Amino acid sequence: MIEAKDIDFYYGSFHALKHINMRIAAQSVTALIGPSGCGKSTFLRLFNRMNDLIPEARLTGKCLVGGEDIYGAHVQVDDLRRRIGMVFQRPNPFPKSIFENVAYGLRVNGMGDRRFIADRVEESLRAAALWEEVKDKLKKSALALSGGQQQRLCIARALAVQPTVLLMDEPASALDPISTMKIEDLIFHLRSTYTIVIVTHNMQQASRVSDHTGFFMLGELVEYSETRKMFTNPEKTETQNYITGRFG
Amino acid sequence: MRTKLQQQIAFFIFRSLGLLVIGLLFWILGFIVYHGAGVISWEFLTTAPRDGMTAGGIWPALVGTCYLVIGSMVVAFPLGVMSAVYTSEYARNGRIVRLIRIMTNNLSGIPSIVFGLFGMSLFVRTLGFGDSILAGSLTLGLLVLPLVIRTTEEALQAVPATYRTGSRALGASRWQTVSRVVLPVAFPNIITGLILAVGRVSGETAPILFTVAAYFLPQLPTSIFDQAMALPYHLYVIATSGTDLEATRPIAYGTALVLIGVVLCINLLANLLRRRIGKHAHKS
Amino acid sequence: MSTKKLRRAGEYVIEKLLTVSGAVTGLTMLTITVFLFKEGAGLFRSPSVEKGYALYVHAENPVERLSVNEIKGIFDGEITVWNALSSDYPHAEIVPYRIEDIFQRYSESELGEDYALLPDKLAEVIRETSGIIAFLPQQYAPTGMTGVKTLPSQDIRPADFFGGTSWMPTATPAPLFGVLPLILGTLFVSIVAILIALPLGLSVAIFLSELAGTRTRKWMKPAIELLAGIPSVVYGFFGLVVLVPLVQRAFALPVGETAFTGSLILAIMALPTIITVAEDAMRNTPRELREASLALGAGHWQTIRKVIIPYASSGISAAVVLGIGRAIGETMAVLMVTGNAAVMPHSLFESVRTIPATIAAELGEAPAGGAHYQALFVLGCVLFLLTLLISVSAEWMAGKQSSKIL
Repeated sequence: MIEAKDIDFYYGSFHALKHINMRIAAQSVTALIGPSGCGKSTFLRLFNRMNDLIPEARLTGKCLVGGEDIYGAHVQVDDLRRRIGMVFQRPNPFPKSIFENVAYGLRVNGMGDRRFIADRVEESLRAAALWEEVKDKLKKSALALSGGQQQRLCIARALAVQPTVLLMDEPASALDPISTMKIEDLIFHLRSTYTIVIVTHNMQQASRVSDHTGFFMLGELVEYSETRKMFTNPEKTETQNYITGRFG
Repeated sequence: MRTKLQQQIAFFIFRSLGLLVIGLLFWILGFIVYHGAGVISWEFLTTAPRDGMTAGGIWPALVGTCYLVIGSMVVAFPLGVMSAVYTSEYARNGRIVRLIRIMTNNLSGIPSIVFGLFGMSLFVRTLGFGDSILAGSLTLGLLVLPLVIRTTEEALQAVPATYRTGSRALGASRWQTVSRVVLPVAFPNIITGLILAVGRVSGETAPILFTVAAYFLPQLPTSIFDQAMALPYHLYVIATSGTDLEATRPIAYGTALVLIGVVLCINLLANLLRRRIGKHAHKS
Repeated sequence: MSTKKLRRAGEYVIEKLLTVSGAVTGLTMLTITVFLFKEGAGLFRSPSVEKGYALYVHAENPVERLSVNEIKGIFDGEITVWNALSSDYPHAEIVPYRIEDIFQRYSESELGEDYALLPDKLAEVIRETSGIIAFLPQQYAPTGMTGVKTLPSQDIRPADFFGGTSWMPTATPAPLFGVLPLILGTLFVSIVAILIALPLGLSVAIFLSELAGTRTRKWMKPAIELLAGIPSVVYGFFGLVVLVPLVQRAFALPVGETAFTGSLILAIMALPTIITVAEDAMRNTPRELREASLALGAGHWQTIRKVIIPYASSGISAAVVLGIGRAIGETMAVLMVTGNAAVMPHSLFESVRTIPATIAAELGEAPAGGAHYQALFVLGCVLFLLTLLISVSAEWMAGKQSSKIL
């Protein structure tokens, strides 16, 4: 479903990703783990081309989503980003109302029908397990929600435009344990509909939510396998050292 | 596709308007430089106006502006620095600090012509200084006071809190900490603020109209109770009310260029100083 | 021991000194207020007719009091019969009379030593002319003589001052201090200036913060900031030599000194500030919000329009309000390019006069302590209060930033 072929990525002269090859299965959860600065977030952001915003960044190799080269000349970046949703490390709701946050993606993609938008907002909030908590205050500012609720709102916002892939960049790292648990529950429920790639440096989280895990270190993909295997019987000593907490 | 087109149109408009406006702003500079450059000479800078302002130079106006700059800084600098030291180092009551800030902000929003009225009423008439360098300097000093206070406060706040706690932990008193640690560290930034204030003062016209400025003086002022000529007022006078406007024009261009030159050089100096200080702070 | 005590005492003094200087801006504000109001306060206790003069009519004339405008109309020859003022008054021609008219009838020698006989002669004239209204210095006036009625003097009324539509401070016998044309002229010129400057300034800000390359921005931003430091008298000079002829030719006007020229130069002066503040506000938009919008498939322009500008809006509006404040108080540039005709503003392409320009142009000629002088100080108070109101509302706007929904 998602495929990285011979990826090399540079920030100026810094070689951030080295020769990465990776195939990510559809309708599953894939976790990317590794010490900070290992390139896992950079790798994630390749797939909705968020790295385009960084000046002096350079990419070689191919990124395929559903067989299509997303860096191809004919690709509309806005369109691509709609199909591939993203949830960020820190909850980043717009300073608008809850409703307008979720409706934002629909509106910028040219949908104007009020009924349709209202239905889709409700549907997305339900899918993000937030509907019951906010249905009476949709017009209130999203900034009044708790951190965990804000993050689920951001997930709902991403779901509203009906992406096929959901990229999550340490979605729970800024949250308390209970909110984290809710997010993990949510990921578990979303896996049947979406292809989810999640960056985390919480190894328990990776082992709880993911089907496959990739371990990055110093810009290289050290090991990539089924999560159960990775956490019980890693092939490489670096992986073993990392997941047993000997460094990182 | 429609949004794409909208974006292209919008960005085209912004790009062209942006470049247009920036071009316009620099055209003004270029215009003055173009017409004024030929007029400026050593003689222009160092002789007095002659023949009903149609010939000669701007020496007395330059000297007058220098006096006013010095005078107003003597007023504003100590007062402003002390006030800033109080609000950022001494005042403990948040409400008082906020009140002082509001007052400073409001003072800086008062139009300069109102300062002119005030200076005339208090310094020229009530205190009996007459139209004089003293009255003008006091008026201009109060005008730039908020600027001096604000830049000094920023300079003081840029001093890391650890310096203060470090000094206090060694048993130094508050004043010892301020005078031996905080002020020396903040000093270059405070000077930057001072330079900015000089730039502001040397270009102000309205406050000096009724407190010091003279249309023409045959000799340089000799005491602080004398009237003085000043560059900005001189430009106003020769641009609007000369006896022979056409003959005066070149001199007006020259004066405008000198005025811009003085103000821009001062601001540029402050900018460079600030940047240099910033670099040093990073290195250490 | 004693040096320690001495040091303590010294520090105590220093602390008190600093405390006092902390209040210096507040004290300055207070003194400014006191002196402006003190100088201006006398205005509404000054007689509406020029000081030292009074108006006299024939004793049988039923007229009791005349308003400032009526007096002006009479002496300008616009009102010629008494019953034009009120139907109770006689249908008689009005004969305005000034002190110098006496010389048409009597030679200087006939008026006696030191004009000792002047009051009698004046009384004679008044008794003979039933429709007369004479504007005479009280020193020589026939006050209290038979057949002569002195019109009671009135003070200048606040209603005439703030509601009056003519500003003729040197008119005799009764100067007109109507500030409406000045207030409206000020607001008119400033608001048009902001209407011109805002879209242009925003465009440049968007260009600099979103479209221009890092290198372009790096040198352009400080350069634009430098432009904000150019003295207003230089802008005024530029306006005078470039904009005035330009406006005159472009709109085929008899003169180029118009309200529009003033607005143009004010807009140019406001641009650097608006650009700088708006650009800062836009660049302060958190990167997360920008990325969130792009990640949802919004285009760059959509992100600017729906996220960045709304986020920056309170910063931008504070800049606008401050810009208006500056424009209202700006003196020299406006003085030099608007032509300064004190009339109610009707169109953009006519001359207007603003409050600061009025003060700057007239204070030098107004005798200190006179009604004109006081009126200029009241104008100063108006300006002071106007700008105070503006800076307070700008603060309030900037304070609202965090807590709102877009």
